[in-house]
Amino acid sequence: MLSRTADHLFWMSRYIERAENLARLLDVTWQMSLVPQAEEVANQNWNAIIVLNSLEEAFSAKYSAVNGENVLKFMVSDADNFSSIYSCLRLARENAHAVRGTLTTEMWETLNGTWLETKGRSFDQIAAAGISDYFEWVKMRSSLSRGTTLGTLLQDEAYNFIRLGTLLERADNTARILDVKYHVLRTHEDEGATDFYEWGALLRSVSAFEVYRKVYRDVITPDRVAELLILNKDMPRSLHFCLNSVIKNLDLIANRQSGETARQAGLLHAQLHYGRIEDILEQGLHEWLVDFMDRIYLIGDGISKDFLVPMSEAA
Amino acid sequence: MNFYNEMYDANDGVRAHYKGYEDWLKATPPERIERKRAEADLAFHRVGITFAVYGEEAGKERLIPFDIIPRIIPSAEWKALQSGLRQRVKALNMFLHDVYHDQEILKAGKIPAEQVLNNAQYRPVMQGVDLPGQIYAHIAGVDIVRAGAGEFYVLEDNLRVPSGVSYMLEDRKMMMRLFPELFAKHKVAPVQHYPDMLLEKLRAVAPNGVSDPTVVVLTPGAYNSAYFEHTFLAQQMGVELVEGRDLFVKDEVVYMRTTQGPQRVDVIYRRIDDDFMDPLVFRPDSSLGVPGILKAYQAGNVTLANAVGTGVADDKSIYPYVPEMIRFYLGEEPKLNNVPTYMCRKQDDLAYVLDHLPELVVKEVHGAGGYGMLVGPASTKEQIEHFRQLLIAKPDGYIAQPTLALSNCPTFVEEGIAPRHLDLRPFVLSSGECVNMAPGGLTRVALTQGSLVVNSSQGGGTKDTWVLED
Repeated sequence: MLSRTADHLFWMSRYIERAENLARLLDVTWQMSLVPQAEEVANQNWNAIIVLNSLEEAFSAKYSAVNGENVLKFMVSDADNFSSIYSCLRLARENAHAVRGTLTTEMWETLNGTWLETKGRSFDQIAAAGISDYFEWVKMRSSLSRGTTLGTLLQDEAYNFIRLGTLLERADNTARILDVKYHVLRTHEDEGATDFYEWGALLRSVSAFEVYRKVYRDVITPDRVAELLILNKDMPRSLHFCLNSVIKNLDLIANRQSGETARQAGLLHAQLHYGRIEDILEQGLHEWLVDFMDRIYLIGDGISKDFLVPMSEAA
Repeated sequence: MNFYNEMYDANDGVRAHYKGYEDWLKATPPERIERKRAEADLAFHRVGITFAVYGEEAGKERLIPFDIIPRIIPSAEWKALQSGLRQRVKALNMFLHDVYHDQEILKAGKIPAEQVLNNAQYRPVMQGVDLPGQIYAHIAGVDIVRAGAGEFYVLEDNLRVPSGVSYMLEDRKMMMRLFPELFAKHKVAPVQHYPDMLLEKLRAVAPNGVSDPTVVVLTPGAYNSAYFEHTFLAQQMGVELVEGRDLFVKDEVVYMRTTQGPQRVDVIYRRIDDDFMDPLVFRPDSSLGVPGILKAYQAGNVTLANAVGTGVADDKSIYPYVPEMIRFYLGEEPKLNNVPTYMCRKQDDLAYVLDHLPELVVKEVHGAGGYGMLVGPASTKEQIEHFRQLLIAKPDGYIAQPTLALSNCPTFVEEGIAPRHLDLRPFVLSSGECVNMAPGGLTRVALTQGSLVVNSSQGGGTKDTWVLED
């Protein structure tokens, strides 16, 4: 497969996944803001989203105050913000357009349709129709993309690069959501009922609320939430699950120079496979997650160098 | 002016080959047609069958309007056209081989040598280069119009990178999806095998000694007006769609950069003009091409389709000589008519043209796509005067032809159904002795009342083209 084609597929799937995870993060923050709480706490939650994406400067250039409405405007439909859902869907479509011949008709039509529909809606229209409905729609469109990929695409290299993009992005995003929410939640742990709703919302944001019940059959505690999202191998948005798929797909596309990247991925996978939540918490969850995100970044970088950037011409 | 109507004869009777369709159209409730037309629009948008328009906002994509009234060609008419096209394209390929080798036709004085050799489209780098099967124009898009009492004329031979075949295929797909019952009632010759035919031709002209050639489609990129077609053809043939930056040349061999390392490329169906192919030989500022590819080509290590240098045969200043080529190379009389053409570089012709501008069509010799032309009867005094100055300043840059009374066909427009002018572009594929084409071709229709310009860049639409089998 052409390196350029693989590059477009990889980024196409990353942007779709990023849009979905952003919708999840914004949705959970929105839900949390509906629980009675001090305005300061609510705005702190909104600010966390800006910080998480390193967008402090870009945000403050356009908006004076950090509050729900401004952050939503900025992260949902601001075309100038390259990290907004709007921009992610646009970039996903642009990458798909560049390799549309590699995609199946169904995949292309799904992505193109998603973009055409979102492009025509202003923030006010989205808000008027119910912002949660919009987040739900983004998640559904992402599911549809994944579904058409799974249901129609030949499982060759193209499929492997799409999976790699999806899973690396998801691992990074799950780690981020956990990092920011865990931190905020732990600091006001004593508040009983609020806590329950907030942990519940966090679990719902990664579609893990029912999963948690099924796995633990017990009350929700922060450590178990962390364990579920990091170490559970069967939960599709957990870090362990993502890394399982990353090493499998990397193995299928291996070439002469990809050994080191595969080794790094394997090493990270082993930590999840054999790790215990007690050890991770003892090291400090925040520190552990930051390290994890760095290593995910390096694996992505390795894939880029090994496969996507035009290879050396000395055959 | 009286126009030949494709559906009705002079007494408003329905032509035999349109009878079945007309009956259906009368019997079908207008609401259903309206609904289907909306459905077609939506589907074309979702599928993204669009083209970019030069000069408009960058990256803007537009739909080419699709009309649901097909252009129907009876079997006997198509057979005559087909044999005329075979003859013509064969002669054009022989002409190209000749002018880059022994130049017999020039020696025989059939075409003034300077007309060919000084032509900007003539590529001296191609002299003496031997091509597989001696084929230059592997894919030709010959524009044909019907005029006068119904006779066909060749308007121009597009031998460089003719486009539009994807619309031919998508129009058929759309028509079958919208109105399957029509196809049950009519024996419409299928066209969907075109990509197979194309792949077969491309494989047949691989460099000598390559038994299982790697074929690719080379595109200028996602912002090219015909990008949809490039991806479509690559996908339908199951080959890679590459850009110039995906390819490189090493030791006169072309490779593409893949995730598993360099892979050799044998046949390139290129959709990039000569000028942009190789910055080392042609335009040095081109970033679309591949440095060194011409050397690889000259060495016979890669086949380009179409060949470099075909422009000299479809140039408007060479067009008047095509009938002569057919006589010279094949010893036959041309089966298809040429439009009578005034060559403004000749003094007598120029004088005539300047005297008759309001009734003539004037075309730039190297122009294409409906840009840079004057349609006398449809132009204002100012436009005509503007062209008069252009002609006087640079007579050899122009040709002129009588304004043809192009045939028309009923077409859905805002006011309802009204006649609109149309042309036909069959796609003719050559490899060695064998010349094939999908039945019919692309029918383009000028949607503006009275307009004779059908180019999609000028607001033209398309129709499905049916060749009826006996």
